[in-house]
Amino acid sequence: MNYLDLLSLGDTGWGDEMLLGALMTILVSLSAMAIGLFFSIFATMAKLSSSAISRSIGNIYTTIVRGIPELLVIYLLYFGANNAIMGIAKGVFGYNQYIELPVFFIAALAVGLISGAYSTEVIRGAFLAVPKGQIEAAQSVGMHKFLIFHRILVPQVLRFALPGLGNVWQLTLKDTALIMVTGLVEIMRQAHIAAGSTHEPFTFYITAALLFLTLSSASSRVLNIAENWANKGIRRA
Amino acid sequence: MSISSSYFQMCDALPGREGILNFNLMCNKLPDLMKGLPLTLELVVISLLAGFCLAVVIALMRISNNRVLDISARTYVLYFRGTPLLVQIFLVYYGLGQFELIKETFLWSFFREAYWCGILALTLNTAAYTAEIIRGGLQSVPHGQIEAARAIGMSGILLYRRIIFPIAFRQALPAYGNEMIIMVKATSLVSIITLMEITGIARYIIGKYWTPIEIFLIAGIIYLALNYLVTQLVKFAENKFTKYLQPANKN
Repeated sequence: MNYLDLLSLGDTGWGDEMLLGALMTILVSLSAMAIGLFFSIFATMAKLSSSAISRSIGNIYTTIVRGIPELLVIYLLYFGANNAIMGIAKGVFGYNQYIELPVFFIAALAVGLISGAYSTEVIRGAFLAVPKGQIEAAQSVGMHKFLIFHRILVPQVLRFALPGLGNVWQLTLKDTALIMVTGLVEIMRQAHIAAGSTHEPFTFYITAALLFLTLSSASSRVLNIAENWANKGIRRA
Repeated sequence: MSISSSYFQMCDALPGREGILNFNLMCNKLPDLMKGLPLTLELVVISLLAGFCLAVVIALMRISNNRVLDISARTYVLYFRGTPLLVQIFLVYYGLGQFELIKETFLWSFFREAYWCGILALTLNTAAYTAEIIRGGLQSVPHGQIEAARAIGMSGILLYRRIIFPIAFRQALPAYGNEMIIMVKATSLVSIITLMEITGIARYIIGKYWTPIEIFLIAGIIYLALNYLVTQLVKFAENKFTKYLQPANKN
């Protein structure tokens, strides 16, 4: 069979399966990014807080997750999340049945944990990039904490953090390839299955590579547009 | 009493299966996991060195005025930075066997080995990232410095050796430190193509004892320690090479 037959849509080819795999990759990446951003809000607050305990909790999270291989984080959650949930269910609620979390959830959580650690650093940097004078100025005109946060900090932090978060998104997208070890059928798993059943590994892995390349180029284009939009009306030196 | 037997005796004093984590097993298996460290280090060092050499070539192609060289370097970087490392490893290890040209010739003795496939994929991958780091460094060299060097008659290799490389190197060092850490972590992926480095050994032990959390935690601690070492080395190098940029006296 030639390349186009192998990748045709429908029952004879693997084209539709690969596209579904790509859809799964996108879904996992989006969920992971959202979970990561959620974590990073708390982690940033912890790292910038005045309490030494919160600061060290934040530091421990970002150091550990960024210091051990992504694959290990995924393995740890894949094997550990179910046990942890069962332990909590048993200890707190006295629930003794077997619990199995959906693989999608575990995968998104694992990649989200990784992506969150990187997002934290980006958002923290963006917070620190807001000139202190602006906050002082806001205080001097009588704004209280929440108002400063929402009128002065948020608009600027979002703009400063956007390029960095774009990088985190690209990392997250690529990290989802690793969740093939959990058995979730995304691009890599699908390519692996197809390669096994057709004995044409190169064909399918290069297709997987091209799919990832398409996703990352498309997202970098979207991110460029977003950056231009966010920087509208900002004077450049 | 030998050191190893007293080590294992110390391990036996730790709580075993009754707790949340089996510390006794973690402690006992640490030496086994450490046996994967030489291979991990070997993969990191070889692919970083080979990748660096390749990266210098790519970076020079990228800043050259030749359009063909520039575009091929761009394509290379785009491909290797835009796809996951795992795909690249699989393409080399599983993919290349699809071609008769490789399978029937002497090349097969090279591509048959997971070790060489792993090193090749890691090298090609890090070269793409490093090339961009080097390019950033080279382009950060102030134009005035190059003009000044030209004015006193330096050119070609001398200009690069005395002016451009030293400045670019200092500029690129922090980013290259990050790349080194990424590579330490990246080596864990070759465990998927059967190499017995730290993660590979961890998976083997887990297959035998079925204690995934404990063993993966230990493996994680080893990687963390390794990366800590790398960051300290980079910090040391940065301190050494950028002394002139730091405030003279801190009191």
